[in-house]
Amino acid sequence: MSVSVLQTVLENGQAVAAHRPWPRVIVTAETWTVLGSGLAGGAWTLLGLWGEVGWVHLALHESTSGFIGVASLACPEGRFPALGRLHPPAQRLERAISDLVGLQPVAAPDTRPWLDHGRWPLRHPLGNARAPTQPLPPYRFLPAEGESLHQIPVGPVHAGIIEPGHFRFTANGETVVRLEERLGYVHKGIEHLLSGASLEQAARLVGRVSGDSTVAYALAFARAVEAATATEIPTRAHWLRALMAELERLAHHCGDIGAICNDAAFALMLAHCAVLREQVLRASAACFGHRLLMDVVVPGGVARDLAASDVDLLRALVTDLRRQFAPLVELYDNTASLQDRTVGTGFVRPVLIQQFGCGGPIGRAGGRAFDARFTSAYPPYEQLGFAPLTRTDSDVNARVWLRIGEVGQSLALIEQILDQLPIGPVRVDVSRSGQAGEGMALIEGFRGDILVWLRLNADGTVARCHPRDPSWFQWPLLEAAIEGNIVADFPLCNKSFNGSYSGHDL
Amino acid sequence: MALITDYLVQGGQMLLILLLAPLLTGWVRAIKARLLRRRGPSLLQPYRDLLKLLRKDVVLAESASWLFRVAPYLIFAAIWVAAALVPTFASGLLFNWTADLIAIVALLGTARFFLALAGLDVGTSFGGIGASREMMIASLAEPAMLMMVFTLSLLAGTTQLSTVAHFMLTAEVGLRVSLALALLALMMVAIAENARIPVDNPATHLELTMVHEAMVLEYSGRHLALIELAAALKLLLYLSLLGCIFAPWGMATAGAGLMAYLFGVAAYLAKLALGGFLLALFETSVAKMRVFRVDQFLGAALMLGLLGALLLFVSRSL
Repeated sequence: MSVSVLQTVLENGQAVAAHRPWPRVIVTAETWTVLGSGLAGGAWTLLGLWGEVGWVHLALHESTSGFIGVASLACPEGRFPALGRLHPPAQRLERAISDLVGLQPVAAPDTRPWLDHGRWPLRHPLGNARAPTQPLPPYRFLPAEGESLHQIPVGPVHAGIIEPGHFRFTANGETVVRLEERLGYVHKGIEHLLSGASLEQAARLVGRVSGDSTVAYALAFARAVEAATATEIPTRAHWLRALMAELERLAHHCGDIGAICNDAAFALMLAHCAVLREQVLRASAACFGHRLLMDVVVPGGVARDLAASDVDLLRALVTDLRRQFAPLVELYDNTASLQDRTVGTGFVRPVLIQQFGCGGPIGRAGGRAFDARFTSAYPPYEQLGFAPLTRTDSDVNARVWLRIGEVGQSLALIEQILDQLPIGPVRVDVSRSGQAGEGMALIEGFRGDILVWLRLNADGTVARCHPRDPSWFQWPLLEAAIEGNIVADFPLCNKSFNGSYSGHDL
Repeated sequence: MALITDYLVQGGQMLLILLLAPLLTGWVRAIKARLLRRRGPSLLQPYRDLLKLLRKDVVLAESASWLFRVAPYLIFAAIWVAAALVPTFASGLLFNWTADLIAIVALLGTARFFLALAGLDVGTSFGGIGASREMMIASLAEPAMLMMVFTLSLLAGTTQLSTVAHFMLTAEVGLRVSLALALLALMMVAIAENARIPVDNPATHLELTMVHEAMVLEYSGRHLALIELAAALKLLLYLSLLGCIFAPWGMATAGAGLMAYLFGVAAYLAKLALGGFLLALFETSVAKMRVFRVDQFLGAALMLGLLGALLLFVSRSL
């Protein structure tokens, strides 16, 4: 590892004592701006940006050294220098901070509200909450001017049963000139509910931020709690968690591959992939008692051990899936009409992927070799043989192939885990030292890297917890992906991203 | 007496196609479900859907004009009449002599025109998108269909479908390249006109990719029932047309007696079942094409139709 510039910059600040595993540093406004310029220059990647009363926090990752750090800036006057004007990926996060906490980003290029649509009973629910005194001004979409341009508003209620989100297209005939998203329709106030919750309640809540990534979220929360309380959990628990995380990835990647093809009206692929997904879910239910594995990963370990007989069941599942998946890959590869739709559609420039720090299959399909399992190497992945797959073509086809590759990878990882699964206890009590502490975790879910940061009170309840969904850095790129494509190809691009509305709107 | 029988048979034919159309749709859906490893709904589901829609209230958009309300009836009437003109189980029925293939094309064009107008009328963006895409498709599908008609009329010397069907049964037809080209052209047009994969997807929920569904997105209640029934009739019409022109075997002639008619109905049902099966099989095996590829697809249909007609000028035996 090379010397970290980021670490050097952060060393100027005042380190916070009980923040684990990565340092958190209180910085001055000057350092904050330096960090922003570093982001804009591509020296490091934005991992998260969130607020609480009087503070904004910025999590950064330096890919050259692998260093991760959090910078905190005090905002006694309720303002902080906007990073969004230097680094566009921060803009929506800052708008969300302004909506939720009421801290104003100074000189922000975009001051429109983001999550708050003027329908909440409270304004600034995470800050100095108060009832709204006046309605929010009407939301102004970004303009697109020119001859023969027309607008197509889509959503938030769609023809199919999917999550709500509004998409405003400006098109010239069929060609998309600009797409602007408007999200926030499924804001559930999870961060607000988390403040003051007990660990058990909080673990259940975080496991429901985005129901399809429940294992990854629960894992991120559990690891953050364990970091904050300096709890060592049994080795077997680490391995079982990884097993569940891979089962989750397997199920949803299979589902996604089928769903992408279905959006090109190739229902055959969806039908077969849905069967594979169902097999994984049923095996999960048989082994751990829940199809989606909700509430199995808990702070301190896992709630349920894997019976010896279930190991054979999972081995049979892996063999079965391998056998059934290969012909499907061939079907995808050999269906020219399908390839005609996916190849070259929804191209995202790799520069943007780097800039936004876009994770998951979308990022890796665009050449960003970031995988939290590998990069932040939490156990047991450091003992498993695997490396992130990457591609450079960055279109819908690339994202399908990347998922296909990761299905194979997950199958191999499950086999490795079953081979090496240590025996022993699977859960310990989370030590309550009676001291407040802060913890953070970065976990690779099937969509990408999930960040959970939290501060625990001395009585063991959660003071503040911020889960950041990978979709925060993927939704903006969808706007870029559709540019120059035709309107009718949007569903295909959207499905190849499969961003989470729920995780993003929180 | 003969005239009364003629009326009865013609009336029977019109009722038959009306009753059969939802079943054909149900049949295609059932086959597709089976091919996708699903059990699928019952064959009768389209009837239940139509009944359900007929019982429901109509919800009209505020911006809808009288045109929007009238269009479903016009569309349904035009397509039903067009379908009644195609010989199904028997040729030479009363109506067969009143209009020819070109009239059928014109009736279908009229129905399309009103559907597109209705799509534009409510002023939603999806209606507009659907109408503009439909017109793009129509501008190529209609000429392709006419070229196919010309090929046939050059061969049979008429555009009367009953006469064409009789001609096709005679020995002098034989195997002809021009007919093969016309068959291909008609199948491609049929796929596009009926909004089937790969041109459109009748089962889609993705509003941005719709063509036919986008235009009828604002319809509800009995209006939607009429539009759905008209769509089912149109599918039946095209399969009947393919059967009548390219597989007229088993078709009864007018006044042939009850047994011949019954045999004709059985043959007709078999043709529909086979056609529906092949359609489902084809739809399952391809993905939908990009909107801008549709013109290439239909352009090919147009060229095939044109080539078929040209070949006949080169040699009468082709």
